Amino acid sequence: MVKGLKELLSLRKWFLLLFTFVIVQFLVQINVINDYLQATIATICINIILAVSLNLITGFTGQFSLGHAGFMSIGAYTCAIILLRVPSTGGFLAGLLSGAVLAALVGFLVGLPTLRLRGDYLAIATLGMSEIIRIIFLNLEITNGAAGLSGIPRFTNWFYLFVFMAGTILLISNFLRSSHGRACISVREDEIAAEAMGINATRYKVTAFTIGAFCAGIAGALYAGYFYFLKPSTFGFLKSIDILVIVVLGGMGSLSGSVLAAILLALISTFLQDFPDLRMVLYSLMLIIIMIFRPQGLMGSKELSLKMLTGLGRNLLPSRKGGE
Amino acid sequence: MEQLIQQIINGISLGSIYALIALGYTMVYGIIKLINFAHGDIYMLGAYIGYFCMTTLKLGFLPSLIAAMLICTLIGMAVEKIAYKPLRNATRIAVLITAIGVSLFIEYGTMFFVGAGVRTYPEITGLLAKRFQFGSMVVSMQQIMIVATTIVLMTILQIIVRKTRIGKAMRAVSLDKDAAQLMGINVNTTISFTFALGSALAGAAGILVGVYYNSINPLMGVMPGLKAFVAAVLGGIGIIPGAMIGGYLIGIVEVFVSGYGSSMYREAVVFAILILILIVKPAGILGKNIREKV
Amino acid sequence: MAILNINKLTKSFGGLTAVSNVTMELREGELVGLIGPNGAGKTTVFNLLSGLYVPSSGEILLNTGGKTIAVQGKNPHVICKSGIGRTFQNIRLFRDLTVMDNVRIAMHHNVKYGLLSGFLHLPSYRREEGRLKEESMELLELMDLGDKAGELAKNLPYGEQRHLEIARALATKPDLLLLDEPAAGMNPAETTQLTKLIQWIRERFRLTILLIEHDMSLVMRICERIYVLDHGMLIAEGTPEEIRANKRVIEAYLGEDVTDA
Repeated sequence: MVKGLKELLSLRKWFLLLFTFVIVQFLVQINVINDYLQATIATICINIILAVSLNLITGFTGQFSLGHAGFMSIGAYTCAIILLRVPSTGGFLAGLLSGAVLAALVGFLVGLPTLRLRGDYLAIATLGMSEIIRIIFLNLEITNGAAGLSGIPRFTNWFYLFVFMAGTILLISNFLRSSHGRACISVREDEIAAEAMGINATRYKVTAFTIGAFCAGIAGALYAGYFYFLKPSTFGFLKSIDILVIVVLGGMGSLSGSVLAAILLALISTFLQDFPDLRMVLYSLMLIIIMIFRPQGLMGSKELSLKMLTGLGRNLLPSRKGGE
Repeated sequence: MEQLIQQIINGISLGSIYALIALGYTMVYGIIKLINFAHGDIYMLGAYIGYFCMTTLKLGFLPSLIAAMLICTLIGMAVEKIAYKPLRNATRIAVLITAIGVSLFIEYGTMFFVGAGVRTYPEITGLLAKRFQFGSMVVSMQQIMIVATTIVLMTILQIIVRKTRIGKAMRAVSLDKDAAQLMGINVNTTISFTFALGSALAGAAGILVGVYYNSINPLMGVMPGLKAFVAAVLGGIGIIPGAMIGGYLIGIVEVFVSGYGSSMYREAVVFAILILILIVKPAGILGKNIREKV
Repeated sequence: MAILNINKLTKSFGGLTAVSNVTMELREGELVGLIGPNGAGKTTVFNLLSGLYVPSSGEILLNTGGKTIAVQGKNPHVICKSGIGRTFQNIRLFRDLTVMDNVRIAMHHNVKYGLLSGFLHLPSYRREEGRLKEESMELLELMDLGDKAGELAKNLPYGEQRHLEIARALATKPDLLLLDEPAAGMNPAETTQLTKLIQWIRERFRLTILLIEHDMSLVMRICERIYVLDHGMLIAEGTPEEIRANKRVIEAYLGEDVTDA
């Protein structure tokens, strides 16, 4: 009985996904969604991939990374360089895959020594790492230095965005419900106790870091395939912060929180577009206010569920963990 | 050989700036374990305050320096009171993100008021414009002034931290906040004072850099801020002499990489040093490795 | 036959020698107590045995499954997998996870599916997760925590948190179990219950147990042999009766009482 219900629920999940995909595809086809809106949707999807994967590292495994933009840039540049030479769907997919693999490889190599560090030290090490990556791209010939790469053919479309976004969310949420995922979470909870219970903490930290870097590489490749041009300054410290803000705003340890926050921030950013001078001032102010009044983010570590939505209707908006 | 000495002289001048900023990082980290990302921006504000004192108000260097230090002190204390104090018991990541928010707020708020463009410090004349030639080496009066100001400020800082009541309170709070509170130390005042000291030094660094490099802009604090933090970690975070040593080392390394290698890679080298030190000796040059109690 | 041989184990922190030249032997199936005044180095011995500290010198030999391995200085997770499980004196549960997750995490090193199956939830995932759920439920029920499986560890009452600590250590399938003050903070009734529980799990899981405990009545009642540490050094070894009559032990404890008072 319970099993049957579960099957049904997962069927509904697939149906919901397909439905979202078809509706947006249809709206794009009949031009209800204009170019500007499409770009916003692309940004949201890419940010969701970035935030969900960073959440795996920071929210679930408890490793504080400030270098996610570095991995994104590896994916973006790799894909762009391949696309500029092989402008075809095959080239795009090859670029995407090699970008993700390369990002994962760098993540693995950087993670191995640095993940022994704790808390703030790790954050600073990853920040340093992503700055080094940016400076390398700034100086390489193949990336065309500070001017960056332009004229990258557009291959990223709603189909790819949707598939990779949904794929990332599904695979990471599956992973988190596996024994390996629980091992990652136990490292966040208490690294010493986890080790004493037979969990190889370093291994799972590096695993989470590598998976996160892989996904960031995919996000970067999608970015390169959509926005025509790349320059190193796009992937600076501020981009890493942007991703971290989505994770913290959504709630560390809540995948649905990351999704919600990515959408919400895109909307706010669209709204702030009308005040270019004050955009960053308001953004930073919002950040400070949220941290002071709701440091656990929108969702805390809870996941959004249908039960919660109905509960929300009953006692209107959160007071559940508000005091903490 | 002469070129080498010249590089070291230039490195020490630059290192003085880093050391001054690093002191603020290290003191604040020592006392509330926060990487105060906004610290680099206080330094930027110091440069702008100095600029307005010297151009609009036509003040001399010394009054401008004092004005910059005073105003930065007030801003630093205000930031602590408004943004960090409400988060005293929040998670580390929440405070860190707040610090980043404050940093962005100061950067883009400044940009809103003074514009994003570069401003040029007034031409230095008189005594400060003097240059001394030794063979092929040049030492400018500005460099001497930077190093001298830094040494004076560091000496004052050492006296405050070592000899005064509030300095002792600072050391006590950084060792154990709760115990210090039980001993009757006002922790909030002490933290506020630490921010004041650090901000004053950053303000001084800002005006010195304005005089030395001439041009300033609202985002000028980002990179030196990060590098000064690297300097603090290199020397051993929370340790005041460590920040000085780290600052001078980073300054010299940077000048050497620019002089003998490629200036494009000088920042990469600084960050590579950071990662290396974190892996080899995370407690820094002067730090002691401590292990978590099980 | 000895399951554990500790030879001349020493650990110093800077100038302070916390454990000095300790030699001990545990025979298979024994229940042995490790006692001593506060600061005698008991927990340090546990931390050395479980790999949280690297010894300054000496060796720790573990004999299980017909093999002898030197485990000193190995990583904690390696030692855990070799068959030494432990609990913590200052409860270190995964507080924000459910009771069942606490136990399932400790079973992780026996899980037989890879990362790929973790991502895709292949048949091996379903089979193994089913087994994990069953085994962890079984273990929780044995430990009287069956009806608490879905609760967060931090929401359990104190005594049950202590039980969960033991359950979690058992989930690692140890041959040798190290219990660090399991009765700390318990009332007499709870302690009596715990005493029975310890004896019972020893039979049920065929364990060798090394126990640190301050509650002397508990130690004297259930331990077959006792080692006494003072200032990092072994000062006595013997049956409870021998220890009770031992002069050096009485001095060590009285000395402590005098300074404590």
